[in-house]
Order: sequence, then structure tokens, then C-alpha cells
Amino acid sequence: MDRAEVDSKIRDLIAPFNKKGVELTDATTFVNDLEFDSLTVMDFVAEIEDEFDIIITMNQQAEIETYGLLVDAVTKLQD
Amino acid sequence: MNAQSDIEAGGANQGDLFSKFDDFIAMRDGILASGVEDPFNLVMEKVLSPTRAICNGRDTILLGTYNYMGMTFDPDVIEAGKEALTEFGTGTTGSRVLNGTYQGHKECEDALKEFYDMDHAMVFSTGYQANLGIISTIAGKGDYIILDIDSHASIWDGCAMGKAEAVPFKHNDIEAMEKRLKRVPEGAGKLVILEGVYSMLGDVAPLKEMVRIAKENGAMVLVDEAHSMGFIGENGRGVCEAAGIIDDCDFIIGTFSKSVGTVGGFCVSNHPKFDVMRYVCRPYVFTASLPPSVVATAATSIRKLMHGSNKRAHLWENSKNLHAGLKSLGFQLGTDTPESAIIAVIMPDLQKGAMMWEALLKEGLYVNLARPPATPANMTLLRCSLCAEHTEEEVQTVLGMFERAGKATGII
Repeated sequence: MDRAEVDSKIRDLIAPFNKKGVELTDATTFVNDLEFDSLTVMDFVAEIEDEFDIIITMNQQAEIETYGLLVDAVTKLQD
Repeated sequence: MNAQSDIEAGGANQGDLFSKFDDFIAMRDGILASGVEDPFNLVMEKVLSPTRAICNGRDTILLGTYNYMGMTFDPDVIEAGKEALTEFGTGTTGSRVLNGTYQGHKECEDALKEFYDMDHAMVFSTGYQANLGIISTIAGKGDYIILDIDSHASIWDGCAMGKAEAVPFKHNDIEAMEKRLKRVPEGAGKLVILEGVYSMLGDVAPLKEMVRIAKENGAMVLVDEAHSMGFIGENGRGVCEAAGIIDDCDFIIGTFSKSVGTVGGFCVSNHPKFDVMRYVCRPYVFTASLPPSVVATAATSIRKLMHGSNKRAHLWENSKNLHAGLKSLGFQLGTDTPESAIIAVIMPDLQKGAMMWEALLKEGLYVNLARPPATPANMTLLRCSLCAEHTEEEVQTVLGMFERAGKATGII
């Protein structure tokens, strides 16, 4: 799957978590823009992991602050 | 404006490393401003028994101390402590690997080996250090730890200290655990960490299935039995004994600060190389060992717990009675049926929870107020932990207190 396909899949997955309908760009942050709390992060990460059959460790999660970084990381991990 | 006045305009907090705690301080001030007694600053002026104390001037029933088996005032245990205090002094002033291993430490480890019927036992200065030490030492950089998302802070801190790759799964979700375990890169070391009883809601892990799956996937298994030792399982060895998989657990972690009734932590194992931990486990090496009186009380208590089946039966009765009573009063509980000696009462929010906690304290009942972030799903909980020394009448008295406090605060 290339980056564009990963991007489009994650966009679908994030929709139910994006309660305020914040516009997604690569610079959108999870904590500040999307206002994800730790519980939302946990549920969202679990969905991504299952959809792409990958694991995103706590160390990796700590580095992923923006939507763009997430798409990059998942693209790399599912390779 | 020059640079200097910019800093002044930034306020007194500029450069203050404590500013990161401002939200917490504001939250705490908010609760206290509403006039309730500080739930996190209770002083027990006198302790009368495992189940009674004078708290903030009131005679209070203790229902939140994890003193499950009521060993804190056992006459034999107290006598053993006094004797060790007289004969060996107040403290060891040294590490276990230097001058801090006394006869009592060996006897305490022998008692643990017998209690669990395992080859090795290692005593730490606290339960927190047992998790921190064992986890950080056995799982290092490049190893993978698959753990329940609701794991205790000491487990998370052990993962962080060892720099292993931590992969959490949804609480008690067997399928979520298995999926993540199967995704670990080929050849990497794998450790699955589970708890017998999860202390927030008092629910039990499906250890039978989880441990089987962990083993099938080539992982080592560590089970924290802090809240089940002495109580669950035929010999009080914990949920892993009750589930019949204790022989498949590579490491069992426990504490002396609950059923055993003093302080300290331990790990038991059948791993043939386990003893190397004494030299490579930093939270074991670089701290002073437990005082002689503490290990003497622990060893005596552990040996008495081996024969505690009557007390275990009474504790189950208490747990069932409290659970059924609270449920019929209309409280929302953490589990549908009583699974352990912890009954968690779910509060609508922190404010109401603090009000209810205070109302109970004024009735003469102490329970644990648990709040986010220590709680799952950001819940506010009033956690009740029962003791084998609570009488049937005391449990009825407690239910009356919950009814009055619940109605006064509008929770039921």
C-alpha cells in the first residue's frame, strides 16, 4: 500500500474519533487540534493496528504527534 | 519593552519547573474550595485493629486498606517482629548484596518458596520495586512487552526503565492480546505481563486462556498477584492457582503490603538461572534491604496464610454480601458479580465522588477515592476492599452507611 492509500484508509478510520470534524492536514496534531485524550488515543491506535496488521509501540506512539507523522509511520510499518 | 521586562510580564511562573503541575493544583484547590475534607490527606491518629481506626478524630470502619487477611494485628506476627527488633536491631543499613542480608531475609524467602512451591524467591524493599526491577532487567532494548492497558504504574515504569518496546492491549481482551503477540517481529524476545486481580475495578483476568496463548506464541509470562495472594486459589497463591496455570507462569510478582500485612515485594520463579537477578537487578542492588522486624513479620504472616482457608472462606462471604447489598441499593459497581475482595463503586464524577467520600467518612467509614488518571476510562471510583476480619454485622453497618450517604448526596 502506498502513502496515498494509507492516508485514505486512516482518514476513514479517524472519522468516528474526529467528533468536531476538524480538517485533516499533515500538520494536524492529535492532542491539540483533534483534542484526543489518552483513552481516545488507545482506541484509535488499536483500530489502526488491527486494520493494517501492525503494532505501534508506546515508544513509536510518543514520536507521532501529527496526522502526517502517523501516515508516514503506518506506511513504513505495513511495508 | 526590553527582554528583562518581557520575562517579568510572563509572570512569576516563567522558568518555574513546577508550572507543569498547575492544572493538578487547580483541580485539587477546586475540590477543597467546595468545602469537602481533603480526600488525599487523611490522618489515622490511632489504629485499633485491621478494620478500625480513629481518622480525623472519628471512630472509623476501614474498608479501603487492602488488608485482606487482617494480619496486621496478628499476635504471632507482632511477636515475631518484636523479637527480631530486639535481636537484630532497627535496620540493616545496607544492600541485600552487601551487608543487608540477615537470617530473616533468607527465612522470608524460604517461606515464599514454600508458599508458592517454587524454586526461587527474591525479596525486594517494596512491591513497586519488585515490578520495576524484574521487568526492567529481563526485558531490555529490542525486547517486546505485551501488557494490559490497565496495568499498574509499577509495571509501566518497569517497561520504561528497561527501554523495551511496550505494546498495550485492551483490558482483559484475549483476542487483542493474541493479535499483538503474533505481530511481534520474528526472533525478538517476548514478555507478556498480566495481573491476577486488577485493583481499580476488582476484576479478574482470564489467565487460563491468556497464559496458554502467551506460551503457544513463545513468550515468557509474568503475573502480578498483588491483590490475590493469600485469598484466591486453594492455597492462596492467586488467580494463577485458581486458573490452574501456575506452572506456566515464569514469574509471579507480589507484595507484603496487602494480605501479608507489612511492606516489601517479591518475585518467585522456577527459572533455573533466576539467582543471577540478585546481581544484575538495579532496584534490588542499589537500595537498602528491609528491616529485620519487617522480614520477620512477613515470614510469620506468610506461613500463617498457608493455613488460612477458613479466613479465605469468610472473606469471600464478606465480598459477596457487600456486592449484593450495594447492588440492591442501586449503586453502579465495577463488576457484575464479586470477583475479588475489591468492590468498586462507580461515581458519576469527581465532584460527586469527593462528596460521597466525605459523607461516608462522616458516617464513620473509610474507602479509597480513586480518580483519573489512575482509573480506567477516566472514572471516579470509591474502592472498597474487604478484610477477613470484618464481621457479618460490620458489612451490614457499612451498607447502612452507604445508603444514607448515597441518598444525602443524590447518587442513589
